[in-house]
Amino acid sequence: MKKMIQIENLSKVYGGGFKALNNINLTIKEGEIFALLGPNGAGKTTLISAICGIVNPTSGTVTVNGHDIIKDYRETRALIGLVPQELTTDAFESVWSTVSFSRGLFGKAPDPAHIEKVLKDLSLWDKKDNMLMTLSGGMKRRVLIAKALSHEPQILFLDEPTAGVDVELRKDMWQMVRELRANGVTIILTTHYIEEAEEMADRIGVINNGEIILVEEKSELMQKLGKKELYLELQETHDQLPDNLNEFDLELIEEGTRLKYTYDTQSERTGITTMLNAVSECGIKFKDLNTKQSSLEEIFVELVKKNHE
Amino acid sequence: MNSHAIIAIYKYEMARAFRTIGQSIASPVISTALYFVVFGSAIGSRITEIDGVSYGAFIVPGLIMLSLLTQSIANASFGIFFPKFTGTIYEILSAPISPLEIVLGYVGAATTKSLILGIIILATAALFVPLEIKHPFIMLFFMTLTALTFSLFGFIIGVWATGFEKLQIIPLLVITPLVFLGGTFYSINMLPPFWQTVTLFNPVVYLISGFRWSFYEIADVDIAFSLAMISLTLAIFLAIVWWIFRSGYQLKT
Repeated sequence: MKKMIQIENLSKVYGGGFKALNNINLTIKEGEIFALLGPNGAGKTTLISAICGIVNPTSGTVTVNGHDIIKDYRETRALIGLVPQELTTDAFESVWSTVSFSRGLFGKAPDPAHIEKVLKDLSLWDKKDNMLMTLSGGMKRRVLIAKALSHEPQILFLDEPTAGVDVELRKDMWQMVRELRANGVTIILTTHYIEEAEEMADRIGVINNGEIILVEEKSELMQKLGKKELYLELQETHDQLPDNLNEFDLELIEEGTRLKYTYDTQSERTGITTMLNAVSECGIKFKDLNTKQSSLEEIFVELVKKNHE
Repeated sequence: MNSHAIIAIYKYEMARAFRTIGQSIASPVISTALYFVVFGSAIGSRITEIDGVSYGAFIVPGLIMLSLLTQSIANASFGIFFPKFTGTIYEILSAPISPLEIVLGYVGAATTKSLILGIIILATAALFVPLEIKHPFIMLFFMTLTALTFSLFGFIIGVWATGFEKLQIIPLLVITPLVFLGGTFYSINMLPPFWQTVTLFNPVVYLISGFRWSFYEIADVDIAFSLAMISLTLAIFLAIVWWIFRSGYQLKT
């Protein structure tokens, strides 16, 4: 797949000496949805801002569709739509005029039909003449997306797109992102909502302290780092586990009615058979069992914790 | 050149002026009318002619310059400061648009607004005093050059300002005194010799003098010198704007 964004040795040191980005190397492929995860202050927004031209990189290079973001800024920026994290809108402008303004700013001739389509797709059509200050937070978020899509970008950056929006709008946005991807748009999203990345992303990058600590296909990441849990529903309640079960990663939960066994899906032996035999030998009977894959959130927390260590 | 972007910024800024028409047009017109009533009619009636021009007519070019300067600065500074203040500047900075195009959009709109205002004030002045413009094209040229120069200055102030207080401080503490002491209400020949020399360090003197010459062919300093001085001021402001974009000063981190 073609490389849409190529980041090489990118660093950003702010005036006070704070190193927001530290030697970032990352490739975004054409047409993929890439989720960038990281805690607050990890460098997600700085990375996006550097690619879009809002922040001057200290060193390193970024190319977008083969063009350098500094030398060929007209070519690269025309390809990019950015939805910022903050709800920054002009209070006194109408929805229609602010979205039309964005299209012009990005060098496109007026196209009322396209603006109408974008507004309708985002359920903003009936608000087109409303002043932005009269809109709710969720509606303002939609306006920011409409502005970013007004010039028909090939790359869309969504910086925390669903922060503070309700479930319905979040699902609408996910749907919209899928449709954009189906139309060939490359999407890079940063999020705190792990479920968002889990739901939509093709690949996941984790950034912490200005460094990319991992980039993986989502499915591979889940498989590679995912721990699985086996739950045994006990026939009788137990206060504590017998000593000879101590060698297993077992935990008595839910007031002694369930046993949780955690194992690594990647290891050669999961130890399930031995553990079940041992449980049986101890006279613990169970009536049911089920397994659960660890979520991306758990994986992410684990990664960041390891990075801190 | 990204002409669509220049037009978008220009139209956006012009729309802002029409949305706030009271503040943009009516307020400076009323202030100027009050100057005519107080200085031109009430006080002016007791002052003899200056270089053969009635006092009321004499102050017209200075009053137009006063509004032109203050409004050029106010329009351009607010135009670029407001996106910084609200955060919408991200869109300008991430757009495929060059610094020159950004300046053309913002400064072009501020210049247009000031010119419209200057012409309205000129028409208002004609209601109070009989006006004669001996060199209308030079008058328009001076007006445009002044509006452009001080719109650039306003743009610089808007970029420099980090709050509303800073936005106001230069127009209030520097520009207004310079205009009042630049010969708006008097000829600098009326000052003692020492203060005449001091006044020549005030760039506004050259604006008002040149502009007044286009009306009545009377000037405190030579018209060519006035033109050179305002061109020099324009060049200095252009250089500062160029540096702002080159360094990213107050715009990019």
